[in-house]
Amino acid sequence: MTDARSAVLQRHRLRLLEPAWWLMALAFFFVFPDYLAVATSVLVMALFALSLDLLLGFAGVLSLGHAVSFGIGAYSAALISLAGWKEAVTGALAGGAASGVFALVIGPLILRLTGLSFIMVTLGIGVILYEAANKTVWLTGGDNGLPGVTLEPLLGLFRWSVLGQTSYLYVLCWLLLLFYLTRRIVASPFGVALQGIRENPDRMRLLGAPVLRHLVVAYAISSAVAGIAGALSAQTNAFVGLEVLSLNTSIDGLVMLVLGGIGRLSGGLIGAPVYMFVQHFAQQWNPYYWMFLIGGLLILIVRFSRGGLLGLVDDLARRFGRRRTP
Amino acid sequence: MIAPALEATGLCKSFGALTVTDDVTLRLNVGSRTALIGPNGAGKTSLVGLLSGTIRPDAGQISLFGRDITREGLAFRVKQGLVRTFQVSSLFAKLTVLENIFLAASENAGASSDMWRAAGRRRALIERAEGIMERLHLTDRRHHRVSEIPYGVQRLLEIAIALALEPKVLLLDEPAAGIPADEVGVLLDAVDSLPPQIAILMIEHDMHVVRRFATEVHVLVHGRILMTGQPADVMASPDVRAVYLGDSGRSRFASEARGA
Amino acid sequence: MSYGLLLCIISIGLVVTMGLMRVVNLAHGAFAAIGGYLAVGLLAPLGLPFGLAIVVAVVAVAAFSVAVERLLYVHLYGASELDQVLMTVGINFLVVAGLTLAFGPNVLPTRLPPSLASSVDLGFRSFETYRLVVFAVGIVVIGGLWLAFERTNLGAQLRAAVDNRTMTQAIGIDVPRLFSIAFATGSGLAALGGALGAPLLPLEPLYPFKYLILVLVIVALSGFGSIRATVFVAIFVGIIDTAARYFLPDTGAFAIYVLLIILMVLRPDGLLAPRRST
Repeated sequence: MTDARSAVLQRHRLRLLEPAWWLMALAFFFVFPDYLAVATSVLVMALFALSLDLLLGFAGVLSLGHAVSFGIGAYSAALISLAGWKEAVTGALAGGAASGVFALVIGPLILRLTGLSFIMVTLGIGVILYEAANKTVWLTGGDNGLPGVTLEPLLGLFRWSVLGQTSYLYVLCWLLLLFYLTRRIVASPFGVALQGIRENPDRMRLLGAPVLRHLVVAYAISSAVAGIAGALSAQTNAFVGLEVLSLNTSIDGLVMLVLGGIGRLSGGLIGAPVYMFVQHFAQQWNPYYWMFLIGGLLILIVRFSRGGLLGLVDDLARRFGRRRTP
Repeated sequence: MIAPALEATGLCKSFGALTVTDDVTLRLNVGSRTALIGPNGAGKTSLVGLLSGTIRPDAGQISLFGRDITREGLAFRVKQGLVRTFQVSSLFAKLTVLENIFLAASENAGASSDMWRAAGRRRALIERAEGIMERLHLTDRRHHRVSEIPYGVQRLLEIAIALALEPKVLLLDEPAAGIPADEVGVLLDAVDSLPPQIAILMIEHDMHVVRRFATEVHVLVHGRILMTGQPADVMASPDVRAVYLGDSGRSRFASEARGA
Repeated sequence: MSYGLLLCIISIGLVVTMGLMRVVNLAHGAFAAIGGYLAVGLLAPLGLPFGLAIVVAVVAVAAFSVAVERLLYVHLYGASELDQVLMTVGINFLVVAGLTLAFGPNVLPTRLPPSLASSVDLGFRSFETYRLVVFAVGIVVIGGLWLAFERTNLGAQLRAAVDNRTMTQAIGIDVPRLFSIAFATGSGLAALGGALGAPLLPLEPLYPFKYLILVLVIVALSGFGSIRATVFVAIFVGIIDTAARYFLPDTGAFAIYVLLIILMVLRPDGLLAPRRST
């Protein structure tokens, strides 16, 4: 019998290897100044995967339309900038707010559904919004997107350089902040209740828990974080295109999360770099080889390593008798 | 006169042509230890469903400490102290014993809307959970996952979760069901040790358990209460014996009434 | 109309896997794509007549699908939705990559063979032969399937197996074999749709993802289990889609999806939900 310790109740404790990731991310800034643009995208996607982890890994809600939240945030931030408000931080917050509000509105309607029906609805919403964006060219630029998303110097001090130095650190700070905020939330009694809902929603109801309300709140937070990720994407690329609302993006986020490991919050931090790395380098080889790799990886993960890469690390660590790593 | 803890009057429920509950009236006083017996299909679990709020009655009234709760939903009844356990354990499989109980305690304390403070730091809640575990001898298993503990321990956990909800009225649906005979004792000790002021209604099939536990027994047949009385009287009643099918039923009762 | 029927053929295949075998099969379109590519790929270089090419493609895909089912899908029966989504998405990725490797990333132009490109005058209107053929095949397929499902032993066994797998196995029916047969049928149908539909639904590597949603919509609206419902819904969808594109070109694509959302929220069991007693 395994002695699981209370993983759920210990989540607020800082683990040894956590700061390591952040230090490496910081080191990357100095060691690979030529790759900062790509790396910034990785960080944005890691944030997106983080938002999905809250929804899927902790609340147990499988959505195939999470790109909607990402896209709403992206377009909002872009439009705000184009309308004249060029402050970065508030722009990003506005993106997050827009997505959060969206989730609060449709959440109560769709979160009543479960399983297959829910998946279908999220797919449907994703497609509807994609087509809507495609058609409302005056707002979204349609196929051509919205270029020219420029910003004032960050905090009035840091200019946005072409090399992407400000962008990288900007996104890294957001990632750090939102990571620890989300961690706080999942470590709280609310977070524990979410995990209860994931495991057995009916029983939670029988404990008197307001299940739908909890789910809506979780969805709203997850959507807001995804919205901020989208806003950051628009801001750092100075551009928004239809891609941000696509099924592709939804699936990308899911795959990154699964690669790293669901339900640990740090899954996205591992999965995003690995995924983008594979995509980036395999693409130079042959544009579609990376799909072979990812497809194969997905199948292997489902068959053999449920916990993704981090789960694999855990298994190995246990094999060699040491304590669990984060 | 003190209002009874739980009182049901004239409860009726039908599913189409099938009547599962037929004009049931019963009362649980504060601190009572009551058993509900009856052959399979008599409607015992449906009755518990009506009382706990999972099923809506077609007719009749239910009141909790004098307050009419007939129209109130599940969550309300739980918050007012009306708690039930399940015949088939419905627990949080991937979570540990401690976490399961913590969840219930947290919900009960209204803590689940707290998004800021770490759950692990809510000392009061953890201590409550640990107190309950100790009382039910679950402390050794506190960090074991539900998917890994034996069935008998899961049944204990069911009761622990119910306790964490601070019940004033407790409906136990066959708590000892499926537990091997040599492990039943632990569970029965646990039930015995429940706080005396809780009103408990237990569905049971095992007459030994009923004799040990109950001061009052209701016999439910085809959704109606056939008879109410003390265990010895009920078991000696020829009507009750006739209800349990065949000679094996009759002889079972006979031997138990003789105090075997 | 024939568009609807094509979708119907593909969708019925999906009804088989999703509805009967309870697996979220997002890779269904992949089999349709493979079928289409095989047929078209066999036509040009080998000079096979269209009909024969289709038959070969369908058989090949059905056989191939059995291998995939034995290897991969077996693990999905009873698995969580997440696992099912992930694995079938993974399969999609593999197929898309494979198709690009074999046929290049662009749309594969499919020219109708001259025999099908002509028109047939039915008196009140003249139709393109091709569409008539699609129509006919569609009817035959649907009718045949329905018969097989409702009237044969095999159909009954399959229905039993889905209702209660353990019991069915307990009475000696080989459930794994049954599922393989069902899966092969479903995938074969997809291939038929893909191959036959190549002129209408252009073949490109991203085919599995492109039509995924539309097919899922149809199956969802039909409640995931009823062939009859799928037929109605597919035709309905085909008509609405074509009509909408024609009359309201700006909002055409929407109509179906909005309908889907509304329906799913209101009637999660599908449009023509049979009363299920569980």
